[in-house]
Amino acid sequence: MNARLQPATPPSVVTMAHGGGGRAMRGLIEGILVPAFDNPILATLEDQARLSLADLGAHGDRLAFTTDSFVVTPIEFPGGDIGKLAVCGTVNDLAVSGARPLYLSCGLVLEEGFELAALERVAHSMGCAAREAGVAIVTGDTKVVERGAADGIFINTAGIGIIPQGIHIAADRARPGDVVIVSGTVGDHGIAILLARNELALAAPVASDCQPLHTLVASMLAICPDIRCLRDATRGGVATVLNEFAVSSGVGIRLQETALPLNDAVRGACEILGLDPLYLANEGKLVAIVPGTHGPAVLAALHAHPMGREAAIIGEVCAQPQARVILSTTIGGDRVVDVLFGEQLPRIC
Amino acid sequence: MRYTDEFRDPIKARALVAQIARHAPPLAQRLGRPLQIMEVCGGHTHTIFRYGLKAMLPEDAVEFVHGPGCPVCVLPMGRVDDCIALARDPAVIFTTFGDAMRVPGSQGSLMQAKATGADVRMVYSPLDALRIAHDHPEREVVFFALGFETTMPSTALTVLQARRDGIRNFSLFCNHITIPATLRAILDTPDLCLDGFLGPGHVSMVIGNRPYEFIVERYHRPIVVSGFEPLDLLQSLWMVIRQLAEGRCEVENQYTRVVPEEGNAAALAAVHEVFELREFFEWRGLGSIEQSGVRVREEFASFDAERKFRMPNLKVADPQACQCGDVLKGLIKPHQCRVFGTACTPEMPLGALMVSSEGACAAYHRYGRLNPGPPRPETVAMAGAQP
Amino acid sequence: MCLGIPGRIVAISDVRNKLGLVDVCGVRRQVNLACVVDERHTVASCVGEWVLVHVGFAMSRIDEREAALTLELLCELGEAQSEIKSMRTG
Repeated sequence: MNARLQPATPPSVVTMAHGGGGRAMRGLIEGILVPAFDNPILATLEDQARLSLADLGAHGDRLAFTTDSFVVTPIEFPGGDIGKLAVCGTVNDLAVSGARPLYLSCGLVLEEGFELAALERVAHSMGCAAREAGVAIVTGDTKVVERGAADGIFINTAGIGIIPQGIHIAADRARPGDVVIVSGTVGDHGIAILLARNELALAAPVASDCQPLHTLVASMLAICPDIRCLRDATRGGVATVLNEFAVSSGVGIRLQETALPLNDAVRGACEILGLDPLYLANEGKLVAIVPGTHGPAVLAALHAHPMGREAAIIGEVCAQPQARVILSTTIGGDRVVDVLFGEQLPRIC
Repeated sequence: MRYTDEFRDPIKARALVAQIARHAPPLAQRLGRPLQIMEVCGGHTHTIFRYGLKAMLPEDAVEFVHGPGCPVCVLPMGRVDDCIALARDPAVIFTTFGDAMRVPGSQGSLMQAKATGADVRMVYSPLDALRIAHDHPEREVVFFALGFETTMPSTALTVLQARRDGIRNFSLFCNHITIPATLRAILDTPDLCLDGFLGPGHVSMVIGNRPYEFIVERYHRPIVVSGFEPLDLLQSLWMVIRQLAEGRCEVENQYTRVVPEEGNAAALAAVHEVFELREFFEWRGLGSIEQSGVRVREEFASFDAERKFRMPNLKVADPQACQCGDVLKGLIKPHQCRVFGTACTPEMPLGALMVSSEGACAAYHRYGRLNPGPPRPETVAMAGAQP
Repeated sequence: MCLGIPGRIVAISDVRNKLGLVDVCGVRRQVNLACVVDERHTVASCVGEWVLVHVGFAMSRIDEREAALTLELLCELGEAQSEIKSMRTG
């Protein structure tokens, strides 16, 4: 017996062993995820995170709890990546209830062959996003599936936050006379992703607007505790959210096309591809319905916040037509803004 | 946006609508019914609905009739089945415009085929499909060549480029169709009630304005070749109404900033070099129309998917309940179709007019209904809109 | 198939294959210029021109003068309308 065994070169990609529960997996968690997420609760590496009820209770009287899964392709794009999306998306789902987001979980499904360097970048991005948002990723899970069974990486994040007493935001609270506000330009994320897929050979200075919105929400609530409805306009865009509000509240919503904030390049891409920006995804924009009397003050509060500089009042709530969203177009005619069945596809006709 | 925003000006729109409101009602009164003006192009249908132009027009005086200018809508189901057969061939990368992805064949759509493993890729331009062929010499790239004369030059020029570059793994599945033959078929329909046409501006950009002369000479209907912005459509409509009021019957060009009188020589040359007319071609809902389609010339056979591949090539009948043909000919309005909004919806389309975003039925369903529930007559549906 | 959008040619990317770069509101794409060039109008001379873009091809040069004429006509229509209106009410 003579040969001195050479130490094996560490793998550069995810292997089935990384999901096996043994040393390889431990190495991945302790080598990549724990340092990236960097918080004392996660560092204990118990099977569960333990959070003090008393501490939670200090923030308010209701627990907000949400979950979301992220499967975007490509995983890296101008303005962010799947990791940042996964953190901000869940933070925002909490924020729109008025909650203070506090803790996230992170479930990863990795495809065999996924580059470890990419995982490091994604994890690092999640850590940064979490710190920026003032939340901690305190527990998680990692699975590996065979090549072909997942598209690189899928992320699920669940999150909890606490809603302060007296805050009641819900989709069924809109009333005639309220105004509709959007916190900035629409369609940036949808176009950024579409262009990043590179099937259409378009180049444009468009980046995802992915960002955590809870401080923006807080600034709105400080001026107007009686925000009626609030959502972030993710998949399906502003049109989908407003239809949800209109139907839940049994009201009509009338939008002014000329008031919709749009980046020039997003507008250009929509014109070339025949897309309607009202249906494009956003990852850092709020759609709010507030009492008409508070509209200007809420708008001013948004403008004063770095994430709300281009906020605008884009419409109003009316009694009729019930459960419908109507757009007053640039030319002066009206049209219905319906809910899409599938996703919008570029057209040439 | 230059050359776009100026043609969306609401003040000029009001002025045009006022003109239409002055001149259309007396004509309608003389006829005893609203004027019926057919817009042929899917793009025109889209503009009308997207900007809510219908409700701006004087009630009962003039109506838009949505013609068959949507190449996706008139694609026979059998041809969609052929696409899917091609796409399912493991050697093939099937490339297509987004418009065609959701059209139902007899066994589902290209979108559904993609979901079950067929390599279907959406492209914006045939040049992008050629690029894919260049990047994947080991696969066969087929481009679904769809569209009227507007799009024929781009396909033809791509084939010519492919030949220059020596690309051997690229071919077209040619479904290009011609507008003049379609218009003739429409005009030959018995019981047709049409007073004039808004001509397809981008088809005309290629073929010029002369090909429409038969409409005024043989069928005595005025036609105004129209651009696609809302002011273009309103101005064109006004020009047709003015012709009717003044007893004229001419081919007029509203879209002078883009459409040259004689069309585009380079585009036409490329089209004539690569394509030739088919004796007849099948249109969904309209049946077989003579000289209405083109195919790839023998000289370019190596770029013709129909010669390179075997396809089912079956004629598939439209569903019995489908009334797409009557809608395409302008005989009934979408909401008058017996299955509109019930058995035929955007979620579960029976016919292509409900699938394509330019299809009249999809447009009606999406933009036109102000009240959910069973289809209502137009005047009630538009009641909520501002004059 | 008729979605065409006005754009400005900002650069030539390949003279031999007649390819240029078009700009629509900051979005850029390579387009084929074969339909808008001829003996009097070279590929290079397209830079700065406005064209109608359809599926990656420049299909027509936009005639500035005709565009202006069309808009002028519509303007006059508006003015005539308000004149008539004020004549009626005045």
